[in-house]
Amino acid sequence: MTMTAARSAGAFTDQAAGVAAAVWSALATVRDPELDDPLTELGFVSHHEVTAEGEAVVRLRLPTYFCAPNFAYLMVADSYDAVSAVPGVTKADVRLEDHFAADAINTGVAARAGFVESFRGEAAAELDELRADFLRKAVLAGTDRVCRALVASGVDQSRLAHLTLADAPEGPDLWRLIDRRHELGLPCRDSDALIVDPATGEAVQPDALRMHLGLARATRVSQEANSGVCRGMLAVRYPGIGTHSSTANEAATDAERERDQRTNQH
Amino acid sequence: MYEKNGEKYFVVDGHTHFWDASPRNWVPGQEQYAKGWIECFHAYQGLGPPETHWSLEDFQKYSEERMMKDVFDDGYVDVAIFQPTNLKQWYTEGFNTVERNAILKEKYPDKFVLNTTFDPREGDAGLRKLEADVDRWGCKGVKLYTAEWRGDSRGWDLRSDDATRYLEKCRELGIKNVHVHKGPTIWPLDKDAFDVRDVDYAATNFPELNFIVEHVGLPRIEDFCFMAVQEPNVYAGLAVVVGGLMHARPRFFNKVMGELLFWLGEDKLIFGADYAIWEPKWQVEGFVDWNMPDTEEYSDYGKVSVEAKKKILGLNAAKLYDLDVPAELRLDQPAAQPVAS
Repeated sequence: MTMTAARSAGAFTDQAAGVAAAVWSALATVRDPELDDPLTELGFVSHHEVTAEGEAVVRLRLPTYFCAPNFAYLMVADSYDAVSAVPGVTKADVRLEDHFAADAINTGVAARAGFVESFRGEAAAELDELRADFLRKAVLAGTDRVCRALVASGVDQSRLAHLTLADAPEGPDLWRLIDRRHELGLPCRDSDALIVDPATGEAVQPDALRMHLGLARATRVSQEANSGVCRGMLAVRYPGIGTHSSTANEAATDAERERDQRTNQH
Repeated sequence: MYEKNGEKYFVVDGHTHFWDASPRNWVPGQEQYAKGWIECFHAYQGLGPPETHWSLEDFQKYSEERMMKDVFDDGYVDVAIFQPTNLKQWYTEGFNTVERNAILKEKYPDKFVLNTTFDPREGDAGLRKLEADVDRWGCKGVKLYTAEWRGDSRGWDLRSDDATRYLEKCRELGIKNVHVHKGPTIWPLDKDAFDVRDVDYAATNFPELNFIVEHVGLPRIEDFCFMAVQEPNVYAGLAVVVGGLMHARPRFFNKVMGELLFWLGEDKLIFGADYAIWEPKWQVEGFVDWNMPDTEEYSDYGKVSVEAKKKILGLNAAKLYDLDVPAELRLDQPAAQPVAS
């Protein structure tokens, strides 16, 4: 091999590695709509690479063979779109594996057929409303995270209905809340109310605050418990992934500890 | 009966099965679904303590002897309630049918409560079957799967006229308890099959029936809690909550129990082990030992009393099914009892 060839092969490898890293970052923007966590963090991306021709090859896996096909479809389609948009990717080959509806989903996504067409006779509506439902839940759960931190820092709970987004402490929880509100088209400027009804965007009034915060807390508990079950099931199905422990339950404890650390950091 | 620290608990397992998912029961051409289903159940077992895990082969089909030992001899259960699951589209003889459950009910009449099931899409024939089941076994409860597909139909709704006819028939036949599966499901594909609004409607229109939401609407506990708080005749079936969270996710177990107690209260929670996904023994022992931790994270939630645990583990279900609870296992009677006239 000549010096020039070696150098250009090295340059190519660097470039491919750069694209592969960009593909991973793109996948990190895709969330499980139900759990509101990134696929990369959940362990749902089992493989990703970029070939010499610039084809991005991505393989996804889920906690069970029977995970809901509607959510599965959204994740595969969102991954396909995110990866296709990465500069340097010429073609996307994104496939879900080990799932009862994998063929229908993979074929439908690759053909950009839409959900109804991919499951002809079995589905009557696209998934926009389902996605919006879960974004509203994400707003509720996020409201609990942000408000809980405010109360812990000494803000009286009864004052929360009078606060705006600018009054909340900066940090990942607030950014995430604003991001989800933005996606839903809800008010998300600094001067907008901190606590809004996710269905209408109206500020929650003081007399409705207690009930609203109760629902926000329950929504967060539900979402996080569900995420915990899914992570545990994934670890049972694919032993040894993502952690040093070999059982689902130790893995679960690791994940919980990580979450605790993150919670304590802000 | 379970005894700990001088306290005695009457244990009702509100959710049990006697299934056959062995390969010889798989419908030809549907093997991948029959196999996928039982493997999915088996993976759930992985969320329990390692020493309670079974091999897949044992899990596909278990004997009467094993069930009697696990549930009653080792598991402290006094009475277990069968909740049938037909799944005849994948399993030739069905997965966990009323008829299969009845084999054990007939042999051990005092150990089991036998529930049946109905599907309003079966019309008059289904009503006659419901009558026949009640006539034959004296069923006091039904287990319903509203999300089940049938031909072109993509599930059904408790608010429909057909369902109302069946609920009226339940009332007429003396069926009191309607267990509705609102938990992990597959179909309908494009819907959120965990929607509990139809339970809300039926519970309002049939105040004399009790509606037990199995798996508490997991993974949508918040929707369930928000509905149940408004309906006095709605209960939470704890199958999966204890088995799936208490060991594997203790922090979330605390919080989910905290929410259920906050919204529904201790009189509305019904223990269920979900055998053979999980054995009752570790669940009963763990639940009696469990309490809400004192840390700040759980400060919104109250402590759970021995009395509350007795209700959740058995006395609430005993009340729903008129089970005979030995005097020593009942709650202490209030000192001042009104005199019977």
